[in-house]
Amino acid sequence: MRKRQPKNYTRLTHPLVRDARDEPFRRASWEEALTRAAEGLARNRGAFGMFSCARATNEMNYVAQKFARVVMGTNNVDSCNRTCHAPSVAGLSAAFGSGGGTSSYEEIEDTDVIVMWGSNARFAHPIFFQHVLKGIRNGARMYAVDPRRTSTAEWAESWMGLNVGTDIPMAHAIGREIIHAGLANEAFIARATSGFAEYKALVEPWTLSLAEKVTGVPAAAVRQLAHAYARAERAQLCWTLGITEHHNGTDNVRALINLSLLTGHVGRWGSGLQPLRGQNNVQGGGDMGAIPNRLPGFQDLLDPGIRLKFESAWDTVIVPHYGLNLTEMFEAMEDGGLRAVYCIGENPAQSEADSEQAVRRMGELDFLVVQDIFLTRTAELADVVLPATAGWAETEGTTTNSERRVQRVRRAVTPPGEAREDIDILCDLAGRLGHDWKYADSEAVWNELRSVSPDHYGMTYDRLEEHQGIQWPCPSTDGLEPTYLHGRLWESDPERRGAPAPFGLVQHDPPVDLTDEHYPVRLTTGRRLDSYNTGVQSGSFASPLRRGEYVEISPEDAERYGVVVGEQVQVTSRRGAVVAPVWVDTALRPGLAFMTMHFPDEVDTNQLTIEANCPIAGTAEFKASAIRIEKLPVATIVR
Amino acid sequence: MDLRFGDSKPTDDERAAVDGLLGPPGSSWEGADRSDADLRWARGGRAARDRRDLLLPGLHAINDRIGWISEGALDYLCRRLTVPPAEAYGVATFYALFSVRPRPATVLHVCTDLACAAAGAGGLCAGAEERLGPGSGVSVQRSPCLGLCERAPAALAVKAGDPVRTAVAAPATVRDAVLAASAPDSAPEEPSAAAAVPQCGDPSLTLLRRVGVVDPASLDDYRAHGGYTALRRAFALGPAGVIREVTDSGLAGRGGAAFPTGRKWQATAAQPDRPHYLVCNADESEPGTFKDRVLMEGDPYALVEAMTVAAYATGAHKGYLYLRGEYPRAQRRLEHALAQARARGFLGEDVLGTGYAFDIEIRRGAGAYICGEETALFNSIEGYRGEPRSKPPFPVEKGLFGKPTVENNVETLVNVLPILTMGAPAYAAIGTGASTGPKLFCVSGSVARPGVYELPFGATLGELLELAGVRAGLRAVLLGGAAGGFVRADELDIPLTFEGTREAGTTLGSGVVMAFDGTVPLPRLLLRIAEFFRDESCGQCVPCRVGTVRQEEALHRIAERSGAAAAGDVALLREVGRTMRDASICGLGQTAWNAVESAIDRLGAYE
Amino acid sequence: MTVTPLGIPRRLLEFTLDGESVRAPEGSTILDACRAAGKDVPTLCEGDTLRPKNACRVCVVEVEGARTLVPACSREAEPGMRVRTGTERARHSRKVVLELLASSVDLSTTPGAARWIKEYEAKPDRFGPDAARVEEEPRIDNELYVRDYGKCILCYKCVDACGDQWQNSFAISVAGRGFDARIAVEHDAALTDSACVYCGNCIEVCPTGALSFKSEFDMRAAGTWNEAAQTGTTTVCAYCGVGCNLTLHVQDNEIVKVTSPHDNPVTHGNLCIKGRFGYQHVQNRD
Repeated sequence: MRKRQPKNYTRLTHPLVRDARDEPFRRASWEEALTRAAEGLARNRGAFGMFSCARATNEMNYVAQKFARVVMGTNNVDSCNRTCHAPSVAGLSAAFGSGGGTSSYEEIEDTDVIVMWGSNARFAHPIFFQHVLKGIRNGARMYAVDPRRTSTAEWAESWMGLNVGTDIPMAHAIGREIIHAGLANEAFIARATSGFAEYKALVEPWTLSLAEKVTGVPAAAVRQLAHAYARAERAQLCWTLGITEHHNGTDNVRALINLSLLTGHVGRWGSGLQPLRGQNNVQGGGDMGAIPNRLPGFQDLLDPGIRLKFESAWDTVIVPHYGLNLTEMFEAMEDGGLRAVYCIGENPAQSEADSEQAVRRMGELDFLVVQDIFLTRTAELADVVLPATAGWAETEGTTTNSERRVQRVRRAVTPPGEAREDIDILCDLAGRLGHDWKYADSEAVWNELRSVSPDHYGMTYDRLEEHQGIQWPCPSTDGLEPTYLHGRLWESDPERRGAPAPFGLVQHDPPVDLTDEHYPVRLTTGRRLDSYNTGVQSGSFASPLRRGEYVEISPEDAERYGVVVGEQVQVTSRRGAVVAPVWVDTALRPGLAFMTMHFPDEVDTNQLTIEANCPIAGTAEFKASAIRIEKLPVATIVR
Repeated sequence: MDLRFGDSKPTDDERAAVDGLLGPPGSSWEGADRSDADLRWARGGRAARDRRDLLLPGLHAINDRIGWISEGALDYLCRRLTVPPAEAYGVATFYALFSVRPRPATVLHVCTDLACAAAGAGGLCAGAEERLGPGSGVSVQRSPCLGLCERAPAALAVKAGDPVRTAVAAPATVRDAVLAASAPDSAPEEPSAAAAVPQCGDPSLTLLRRVGVVDPASLDDYRAHGGYTALRRAFALGPAGVIREVTDSGLAGRGGAAFPTGRKWQATAAQPDRPHYLVCNADESEPGTFKDRVLMEGDPYALVEAMTVAAYATGAHKGYLYLRGEYPRAQRRLEHALAQARARGFLGEDVLGTGYAFDIEIRRGAGAYICGEETALFNSIEGYRGEPRSKPPFPVEKGLFGKPTVENNVETLVNVLPILTMGAPAYAAIGTGASTGPKLFCVSGSVARPGVYELPFGATLGELLELAGVRAGLRAVLLGGAAGGFVRADELDIPLTFEGTREAGTTLGSGVVMAFDGTVPLPRLLLRIAEFFRDESCGQCVPCRVGTVRQEEALHRIAERSGAAAAGDVALLREVGRTMRDASICGLGQTAWNAVESAIDRLGAYE
Repeated sequence: MTVTPLGIPRRLLEFTLDGESVRAPEGSTILDACRAAGKDVPTLCEGDTLRPKNACRVCVVEVEGARTLVPACSREAEPGMRVRTGTERARHSRKVVLELLASSVDLSTTPGAARWIKEYEAKPDRFGPDAARVEEEPRIDNELYVRDYGKCILCYKCVDACGDQWQNSFAISVAGRGFDARIAVEHDAALTDSACVYCGNCIEVCPTGALSFKSEFDMRAAGTWNEAAQTGTTTVCAYCGVGCNLTLHVQDNEIVKVTSPHDNPVTHGNLCIKGRFGYQHVQNRD
């Protein structure tokens, strides 16, 4: 079999600058590079956007958003959570007022029913899946909803292979069945939710047979899942990007949350909602305020009281309206509303849907400074490139995982050459732009964050060490809160119960990129076990499992197109075309194909994907493109 | 489970063998053709994983049909049962009867164990190997004891196919063995079980009363000879009453450990966890032992009835009969008996119209002495490697499938019938105070009339040997088999009871009495015993896995030595032996040095 | 509503350990109690993240009334039990077990082995030069790890970690029987033809160095492996949002292997291929 390594990147060891985009980079001193960066940013004040990094520490994200808000006076700060889990945050906070997953890993070992919806955790979150497996070994029954019969699905009591983008019909049909079977948790609905009557009316048309017609899944299977979930004493509903990477990702999330409200599977030990985060600090980046609508501690920017608290802490004035999210920033590049970008540790030139468009847009910027550990495709577009340290191995700080556990990150190796820590660089730049920030170390940053974020107040570095991480909320230095969120919904005192959780009244809206006779195949995307995102990090080790990029199709389609494993084919969508070899996977059905974005230098899958964005969260519909597959005139087989 | 399968595909025959056992696959995920429905909904999970116990029967099905287990066949079986191929491979390679490499369809197993070795197995084996060389379509394998010691030397031919054919040649000449292997269908019929019972027809017999007297294929004949009166009595007494009778009878397990059967039943019956299981240990593998085979071949319904009684008393509704893989005739007789009993309402949903449900499933061993260990046997049934579990917990609490289980061997179970028909006091009056009832002995070796003998507990070794016609020149007697111990020719007054043998510093074990004259040198016998334990160690614990190897090596070194030249190795043997006895997980390792030690201490070997 | 189950408090039981009365929570093993009392009982096959297998039998102790010695690692303490850890009988078995192991496999990379062999005055050479050994060449069939079964004591820990206790990949099993038993993938194929997903969780639990990271294997072969010069720093993996804790073992500013704390609530000592091996990119320095 072909053993392909993706492009192998070498660490950046010194700053790079250039005078014009068509010139090659030349090595520069830090002094020169930072001076140029300061100038480039200063002249674009008012048209600036910060791409913060979901892989860097909380401390770095805190400083980066503070840089955007205080130094540049804008709320245009976001990170790649936009490309994955922003809908989860948006959906959860709309229902519960807080954007985190509601339960912890340990609880899934101690539950009765586990639903894995649009999640191949066995590959994408292997150690989380070990907790799922513990649960299964302890007697829990797992159900998998996924167009492909993935490794995760192979562990399920029942796998349901729905059509891509029909999650809402499936969820609504489950909801209707629960209601009609008399299995809704009426006490919980009455006490802790709102909008049930409307929800009931909304799902009423979604009979099992209609759901079967739309989703392709037999009615009996949908009914079985509905009953299993509703009858369980405890149940966990987990999802990943199969739910969020749609043009209506937030609606998908709401549709799933509705099921937990209907059955009371939230706010209790063992019952909850668990979105699985794709990057080490997607949760933390948002928690730290590196998003356009929230201040650190996930506090609403539109709340004048909260703004005032930060204004006095930071001695500044915060713009009283939401900034642009990542997707909107890209759109603003088009119309000149955004002229300068400070991109830290992200690679949007390859990770964005419709990547060609993203590259073109960034090319139109007046000034782009990229801070990274490698000269990524995005960095290649920059005016100034600043060599940084690897967050997880070369800096001190914290990150926050999918179960809201804040954990210490520590420096284990010395960074190469002249590379400097992100916070150090940010503060240096802030100084050049008139803000003299002094942080002795990452702990000093953390303590500043603690002083403004009640949910983090109790987490001193010492305590994080002592407890091997602490889950938020942690408002006190004396105690620990329960590991699950929203226990308040079960309080009998209405005062303590707080705001009821509203049902999400969301409608089915099929994928934007429709299949037709020209583009008859539905392409969906995902991760493999041994690779990660665009392969910049994972490409450097010799994985025996790695086999490069393929377009995976069903045995039936391979026969239909007359192609064999390893044969190069042309894959074309309405936006672009790539050539990729064929892989045959029995987990796929006819008309369904699968690719990853791990090898963009080999096969740029995101040339095929559509930038149809969720209007609420801005996440693109990576999971549903329409393509056609064509045999090449001269068969080339790579093996 | 997300199992990974290789590219190897099963042949049509292999697929048919597996499907013959499991039925056709239910979906493409299990190996059927792909259908639209399969690509929308797959069921699996717990139900799929719960079929693991069909692994061993599946391996048998393939091996019986093809003669060996190919990658494609193993993968297909694993796919059908949701078993990881690596684990299935571990299981398949655990058993001596299976091969994961191609081999001829016919395997001739030639016993080279103690009794057969003394009766010329070496020559038989060499002769057979010479006649059945490459291209003969037969592979000749040296085998541990085949349980045919009364007809030594013995050979068993197994010809894979549909159906599998077997033939026994015993006592075997090279010509007989070759005939059995090349044309098992036309090999002469084995002598009836009665031929193994020299006392056949003696009215004083209890356990062997029907062997050679009743038609082993006829349920009616069994009933005409008193069959199923014990079960009726059991239903009349109720479970607690049965346990009381068995307890009061003083019956102790006949498998070697002599644990009081009534106590075991009581402990199982009292467990609140459900279901309860009954397991009959018919994996008779102790070299020199063949009594259970004779009982099962000669009086199979007695075992079926006894198992029904035991299950009723202990609250079990499912019984497993774990039968030695080398006993094809016993298997046929028992399968027939179970079918008849089911057809006539003696097994099934409503036994004898009482509403009590019970049925029995036969599970075949596949050539592993260790599976006679009770917990190894559970693992074997469950589809795992036949490695013993550590105790506690004991089987009465967590046995088969982790549930309360009573496990008895064949002889123990059939004793229950006379206990119920004659009553506990009358039964307890047989034998001695501490060893009650009749006892079966497997006499072989240097005697005129080898076979299974039934004597009340308390007869002496001398009396038994006299009955069997001991030949002149007796040098030593091995009691209890390879795990037992030697006694001298001048110790024939040892009473054959649990307490009597214990007092004499030896053991009754499973009832093996093997007489040796001077024709086979003692060191050779000891080497054969050491080789047996090295071969049969499961390998789980260090003292046994390595200790049995070191024991064999030392015995090799001193095979021709004595006195000072052997003293160092004898001391080494003692140290290793002590550790095997003290620190091994199970009885195999704990007893692997018994015979050698007794030969050194009692017979003065290597002096 | 359901509250967070803290578990029912475990009852304490009392028994005698080397003549002294000790109290231990119900369900504790004898080994737990020995460790709590500061007694050094040697162990090889026992693992802090795995159910006791009690295969090596080097931890045997004497329990009054028991016919044989009992393994401290798996036998639960019972009220009134009288346990003695240092009797001649127990020490004899430990000594011989060490001799049996050391005479059959290479214990040179087994932590503790040399010390115990000395302490128990074990003489592995006493079985003579012809004593059978597990003769296996190191298997190097991939770039990530090496299987050197000449060092394998068949403790089953790798099988248990790969199997239902953690990874559930079931890539390996024990195949064969007795002294010929070996850890193997199906059909004894190369690892690359197996269900192995290269999580390295087997290496994490291997007590003898039979399984090792190729980085460590190569450095040992080159004579550059120097544990004394290594630092271990625990940080958080950057490959997904689960938040696995990694301990980076660094020698001369190079990451040479990655482990995970066994008591970590996220990983329990387990990682996936990315966390275990995906570190090279940070040290692509030129």
